[in-house]
Amino acid sequence: MPAPDATPPATEGGACFHCGQPVPPEVDLQVEIDGQARPMCCAGCQAVAQAIVDNHLEDFYRHRTEVAPTPEALIPEALREFEVYDNPALQQSFVHRKEGELREASLILEGIVCAACVWLNERHVGRLPGVHAFYVNYATHRAQVVWDDSRIHLSDILKAISAIGYRAHPYDPQRQEAVQKKERSRMLRRIGIAGVGAMQVMMMAVAMYLGDYQGMDAHIRNLLRWASLAITLPVIGYSGQAFFLSAWRDLRRRRLGMDVPVAIALGSAFLASAWHTALGRGEVYYDSVTMFIFFLLIGRFLEMTARHRAGQVAEELVKLMPAVAHRQTEDGRLQEVPVAELRPGDRVVVKPGEPVPADGTVLAGRSSVDESLLTGESLPVDKAPGAPLVGGTLNVASPLTLRVERVGQDTVLAGISRLLERAQEEKPQIARLANRVAGWFVAGLLAVAALVFGWWAWQTDAGEAFRITLSVLVVTCPCALSLATPVALTAATGALTRVGMLTTRGHALETLAQATDIVFDKTGTLTRGQLRLVRVSTAEGVDEGEARALAAGLEAHSAHPIALALREGVTPRALEVIEDETGRGVLGRDGERLLRIGSLDWVRDWHPDWREEATDGTRIYLADRARVLAVFELRDELRPEAPAVVRRFRAQGLRVHLLSGDAEAAVARVAGALGIDDWRARQLPADKLAYVKALQGEGRVVAMVGDGVNDAPVLAAAQVSIAMGGGAHLAQASADMVLLSNHLERIPRAVDKARQTLRIIRQNLTWAIVYNLAALPLAAAGYVPPWLAAIGMSGSSLLVVLNALRLRERHRDRAPRTAPATERGV
Amino acid sequence: MDILFLLIPIAVILAGVAIAFFIYTVRSGQYDDLEGPGHRILMDDDDPMIPRYEPRRRRLKRDK
Repeated sequence: MPAPDATPPATEGGACFHCGQPVPPEVDLQVEIDGQARPMCCAGCQAVAQAIVDNHLEDFYRHRTEVAPTPEALIPEALREFEVYDNPALQQSFVHRKEGELREASLILEGIVCAACVWLNERHVGRLPGVHAFYVNYATHRAQVVWDDSRIHLSDILKAISAIGYRAHPYDPQRQEAVQKKERSRMLRRIGIAGVGAMQVMMMAVAMYLGDYQGMDAHIRNLLRWASLAITLPVIGYSGQAFFLSAWRDLRRRRLGMDVPVAIALGSAFLASAWHTALGRGEVYYDSVTMFIFFLLIGRFLEMTARHRAGQVAEELVKLMPAVAHRQTEDGRLQEVPVAELRPGDRVVVKPGEPVPADGTVLAGRSSVDESLLTGESLPVDKAPGAPLVGGTLNVASPLTLRVERVGQDTVLAGISRLLERAQEEKPQIARLANRVAGWFVAGLLAVAALVFGWWAWQTDAGEAFRITLSVLVVTCPCALSLATPVALTAATGALTRVGMLTTRGHALETLAQATDIVFDKTGTLTRGQLRLVRVSTAEGVDEGEARALAAGLEAHSAHPIALALREGVTPRALEVIEDETGRGVLGRDGERLLRIGSLDWVRDWHPDWREEATDGTRIYLADRARVLAVFELRDELRPEAPAVVRRFRAQGLRVHLLSGDAEAAVARVAGALGIDDWRARQLPADKLAYVKALQGEGRVVAMVGDGVNDAPVLAAAQVSIAMGGGAHLAQASADMVLLSNHLERIPRAVDKARQTLRIIRQNLTWAIVYNLAALPLAAAGYVPPWLAAIGMSGSSLLVVLNALRLRERHRDRAPRTAPATERGV
Repeated sequence: MDILFLLIPIAVILAGVAIAFFIYTVRSGQYDDLEGPGHRILMDDDDPMIPRYEPRRRRLKRDK
């Protein structure tokens, strides 16, 4: 809820009014907002805030509930980059041409943190001359824009969006999203029609039931029946279509799925009702038919919604590969080209902050590259000439020249997705087993129904035989049986979604309940993935505060995680930085004194005799020419809730494992702190896969918690996989469950919920089978009139649904709505 | 009870109307974003339409 007061959060003291970051002491930038001069931390924020004020959109600051992300300084080069999107060849892939000069495109908006952002974007872009429509979907962070190409270009719109501090990327919604949207609205139409129909029919059914007791004129009863038929017709013809189509698909593949008896029951109950209506006598079951369709559709809709949300996350993967690359021509000039036009052998310049457009080798330049998407390694990796670069990774520090070696389908990223697909196909299909069992059940049911019909047709006449057979089919209609699992799963899925656990596969809960082993991938799952300064040891006579201020001053201009950790909570000393050698350290001057900060070998250049014991953390050294002044020890901290979570897992009877790509000492420390005995360090994806396979070979059911793309094949191979929201999108797309927040304690909670779900499913199935077995002989013997059969069927289904609804959480402690998409910009 | 011969068909027709409206709401995308509109309504972007509206900025200046 937007706060009604005018004070936005986190803007007290020396914080930037726009983005909430602390304002560096040497910076003096201000923008007048609502009559008050507000401090700004950088030129980027100032430009954005000024643009917002100049456009009379100050309301944004009043309505926002989150501070805006820090915008990148708008260098003219970055703005020119957008012009590539005006290239008609490139536009073909994502722009939809409408009549005349009208164009329509879909944009992924980055930086949307609260509803005020949506308002700001819509107002700002919607007012541009030539923009016909601009609508932002708050739930998905997608925007739809329609513009007149003769008056404004797409690049102008993108520039306008970046002027107020957001980033927009055009994308092609044709693929998955358009299909999903269609599926969703068709489902909604089906549910709506079934719901309206079911209520109307039920209303008339109540009148008819009462009429059976109190007496009702035949012509009134017939009227009600014909009216019910008229309403049921669209419900069964349109809403029920899904079941008939799916049953037909099953039959064509010579299988008996759950939809076959549903279709037979629906079809025969409807046809019998219609026949009885036409005859003017006999039972009608319109109420049962419509209600049944309505309930089943709701369950399927909720299931579909969860699936789609997972699919949208997968679509974000497209963003990993940039759309534009800077190709260097023969004469050394830079030329902007669409990535699709890159060929092996091209020279490409990757600027800091840009993703690498293709696989290749570094030709010139030194920099750090963030490969966390690929390796799960949280720290950037240093790259020097000759080092391999992988497409989709992010260049962090300084420009690199790259020789392209592989493009498109040949890249590592494409290879990983293929591996992922294959691993997904190998997935154990417990659902298939359930379907096969159901197949036998259905086959038995149909055989019994046929026998009953034959027996009574021989004993009496065909009309009586049909009445009894229908009773058999209705009373044993596996409604309860087919509702038993989906309703419980849906209720549990809904409850888990509310606390920030998204279930993306139908079997996830079932398998999670049976899990015997839980395997953690260390990076980013049990630790924060952020370095923190844990210890400072100083040389004699050096003040700790002094050392930290010097270190912060030297690292003041770096975005490297080490620099961030050193700067945290320290006022940096103003120093002159002379040299910044990526991957090694910084050389600076404080007055007359030369200072070095960096890795061990960087400081050993000055102090070759410096010796010390090994460590499991990261150490950074500060030295002047005379001596080493201070040693900073940095560590990736455990998440505070991790020990309790591991204890919880133990209490649940799960064996906890830790697999990590990190060094022995670091993994041992984490495992020791948490009391995990089964751990492995220096694991490559293939090792992890082998480890999981070995566990499975012993008959254990493995649940895997991971977050990197390198985990994706392992995640897919584990019987059930959980991805953390802060991690790479690909891993989420392949995971059975996604933890949207970073609250680890939700995982043991999900295990509890899954076990409870399984228990309730078993109760439901037991009840449904007992009921069917008890009712079948009675109905076959002709003792059950169809109206009693209908009551029995509805009652049985109702019981199952109510039992499943116990799974819903009573306390609605909602998870913070952290959309994974906003946490990581590429 | 003959009135039912009028009322029941009317009920059926009303059900049809309800369905038609529902289909219209689905088609016009009213279910696409179930979160945004709830926030949107709280944004005062109708300020310029309010007569004698005094922007907050000027009001604040005057109050000082």
